[in-house]
Amino acid sequence: MKKPFAITLDVGTSLANKTGSWRTERPVYVDRLPPCNEACPAGENIQRWLYHAESGDYESAWREIMKNNPMPATMGRVCYHPCEGACNRGKLDTAVGIHTVERFLGDEAIKQGWKVEPPAVKSGKRVLVVGAGPSGLSCAYHLRLLGHEVTIDEAGPVAGGMMRFGIPKYRLPREVLEAEIGRIEKMGVEIRLNRKVGDLAEVMKEGKFDAVFLAVGAHVAKRAYIPAGDAGRILDALQVLRKVDAGEKPLLGRRVLVYGGGNTAMDVARTARRMGAEEAIVVYRRSRDVMPAHDFEVKEAEEEGVMFRWLTTIKAEQSGTFTVEKMVLDEHGKAKPTGEFDTIEGDSLILALGQDVDLSFLEKVQGLSIKDGVVEVGPDMMTGCRGVFAGGDMVPAERTVTVAIGHGKKAARCIDGYLRGAGHRAGAKHEVASFERLNPWYYTDASPSVQPMLEAARRSSTFDEVVGGLDEGNALFEARRCLSCGNCFECDNCFGVCPDNAVVKLEGKAAEAEGRHYRINYDYCKGCAMCATECPCGAIRMEPETI
Amino acid sequence: MTGPNRVRFYQTGTFTVGNRLLDVSVGSVQSDAERNNSLNSGHRACQGCGEALGARYALDAAMRAVDGRLVVANATGCLEVFSTPYPESSWRVAWLHSLFANAASVATGMAAAMKVKGRRDVRVIAQGGDGGTVDIGFACLSGMFERNDDVLYICYDNEAYMNTGVQRSSATPAAARTATTPAAGDQPGNVFGQGKSVPLIAMAHGIPYVGTASVADLRDLEYKVGRAMAIRGARYLHVHVPCPLGWGCPTGDTIKVARLAAESGLFPIFEAEAGEVTGRRLIRRPVRAEEYLKTQTRFAHLFNPKRDEARLALIQRIADRNIERFGLVEQEAVA
Repeated sequence: MKKPFAITLDVGTSLANKTGSWRTERPVYVDRLPPCNEACPAGENIQRWLYHAESGDYESAWREIMKNNPMPATMGRVCYHPCEGACNRGKLDTAVGIHTVERFLGDEAIKQGWKVEPPAVKSGKRVLVVGAGPSGLSCAYHLRLLGHEVTIDEAGPVAGGMMRFGIPKYRLPREVLEAEIGRIEKMGVEIRLNRKVGDLAEVMKEGKFDAVFLAVGAHVAKRAYIPAGDAGRILDALQVLRKVDAGEKPLLGRRVLVYGGGNTAMDVARTARRMGAEEAIVVYRRSRDVMPAHDFEVKEAEEEGVMFRWLTTIKAEQSGTFTVEKMVLDEHGKAKPTGEFDTIEGDSLILALGQDVDLSFLEKVQGLSIKDGVVEVGPDMMTGCRGVFAGGDMVPAERTVTVAIGHGKKAARCIDGYLRGAGHRAGAKHEVASFERLNPWYYTDASPSVQPMLEAARRSSTFDEVVGGLDEGNALFEARRCLSCGNCFECDNCFGVCPDNAVVKLEGKAAEAEGRHYRINYDYCKGCAMCATECPCGAIRMEPETI
Repeated sequence: MTGPNRVRFYQTGTFTVGNRLLDVSVGSVQSDAERNNSLNSGHRACQGCGEALGARYALDAAMRAVDGRLVVANATGCLEVFSTPYPESSWRVAWLHSLFANAASVATGMAAAMKVKGRRDVRVIAQGGDGGTVDIGFACLSGMFERNDDVLYICYDNEAYMNTGVQRSSATPAAARTATTPAAGDQPGNVFGQGKSVPLIAMAHGIPYVGTASVADLRDLEYKVGRAMAIRGARYLHVHVPCPLGWGCPTGDTIKVARLAAESGLFPIFEAEAGEVTGRRLIRRPVRAEEYLKTQTRFAHLFNPKRDEARLALIQRIADRNIERFGLVEQEAVA
């Protein structure tokens, strides 16, 4: 008998000894929900698209984003990225710059002309979308992917909604927005501009629509009662932003006051500076730490020379002199008047006090319920009227572009369920991969990549984009800072650290068939849990054995 | 300074066993789906055994380094007992066991035989636990060093006689509880002796290569085995391998505990050629010695019912001394 090299004795192998019988707990591969994904209002699978970006496969990464969000180049710029606030890397050094990578991928897609094809099979159903803002566009896109015919009626002269009328060019260049809207149109979505829907039932009947998604946004500026000698000096923020976007030059004067403390107030103050105002002063009734505007927006505004008057309300105006009252915060953080008055000079006052929804076109719709100025919807985004769905700023939710994109997707899936008579059931959410689930020892130190910024001097005179994008090298680096929380990234640790060789590494077809890159061989696994402890990303769970 | 090829790379670099973003040529032996598995499944080591893991790490690396031309002599101990209850063997290398004390001598004989047969390509490894190396086989080991026999001796140090029921060895650390050094009396646990560092003793023999390694740093361990196999003459590798049963830690924490030993400075990782230290593994995330001690019930009496400040300070001093002696903390770069 031919024996292996230097072997003389006949021996059996210990493979006959199935040590798996020792086990009281078994390791199981799991996919936990990364905190970024959990935080994303558009429901993006961020960890997954970063995984593709890490290996330089940008197209796959982009396509993974496109499963949930049709406008990555836009969202990479304007989203307030709650994902980064949740990012576990923030507990190690600094959160992954998710929005910077998303923007890079979005820009790359525009540059390379990547497209998404709707399915060849048509459902034969027609859906009307009212409003071509982020929510409406997102809904239309997802409905097209599900095989339905979609028409969008937009009241304005251009598509984009708040992304166009509420967000200045220096934050979102119009060619980027237009490229991404154009891509949705090319999928066969018809956008009818300058069509304000008057009687919904009539339009539905006329167009033989089977369902409708309402996403008209909130475009009516809230007013404050300010007795003014010259009412012409008082403008509203959206009006100003809309005019500037259309290329007009609203008369603002040399010294501009902005009333309000939200992001729109920052946008309009910064826009005023760019329109030639020597001074732009934001007047806000509370203090900086409680103002709703995002910190980075306030910082960028300050860098551009925008000034602030905290704890101040505006009482009246008389020939360019504004009477203001000093405020104090009570123990609940509410602003209370003090009775102390002062004056500020200003050529104009822009009100940025929030917006309401114009709901007049819904008066004849049966069953609709309106509360606090917004339309109530169920968990499936359907209003009280069957077949009528709504989303975006006109339903009760946080008013951000990303929330709107998410509403559009969710509504599309529910509308699809409604049209097929099956309803839509979202999959159960996985357990969250919190920081405690990770083994951070294995991650290397890597500080975040910095986006280039336009110099402040140029920012007060031009509408060039303020924040630049990353180049490929930076974007790749940034993607690779991802910890891959809760999802295997093939580090081979489980395969390496098992003292019993009870982890099988799968390659090629075997990995594809299994949907994973490793398999536990329970014949030999003793259940020591070393693989689970040493898994960097918390993708292995120990479960008690049942006997 | 020599050392393993470290890729300080975003995400995980070479800290993990593998990395899909790196070229396979810089992958570890253990990340290879086709690795030898020198110590195969079905062995009877306890759950989470550090020694079983360390032995596979080391021998797989050696098998790769010498292209499978390897014979191994094994001392008595856990490693021998759990791997070869006749007629089953877990070894996928040519392997021989003789006695507790004589692994180094058996290996010497193997090396001599290979020389006589003109098989210079076949390399010899002797291996054993700390009992068979630091205590019982010590004389034979010293002789092998002194004669500079062409053998790599690997000691898997789990700091006591484990398979016979956790009795103290001369590698058992100060204050540790074992079956023969119970946590009783006013000085519970093992005595604070002078210690016995076989790596330093090996260096005193002036042999070509001496290294220490840990199951907590696979890349470093594989590098050292590769380095040792590239050299002829007597070589010594001392690998720190936690024993969950004897040390009293959860079975899943073996590597974590080994890592804390290295990061606290209690187990210094270095290498030496011809008696001079030529490389050290720097501490990456410094921890106090007690962070290591706390993970194991064999040191529980240092914390319960009340903290034994005096002896904790003594142990910290051992760690500090190692850090200073081997230069385990990166010095400020000179401008």
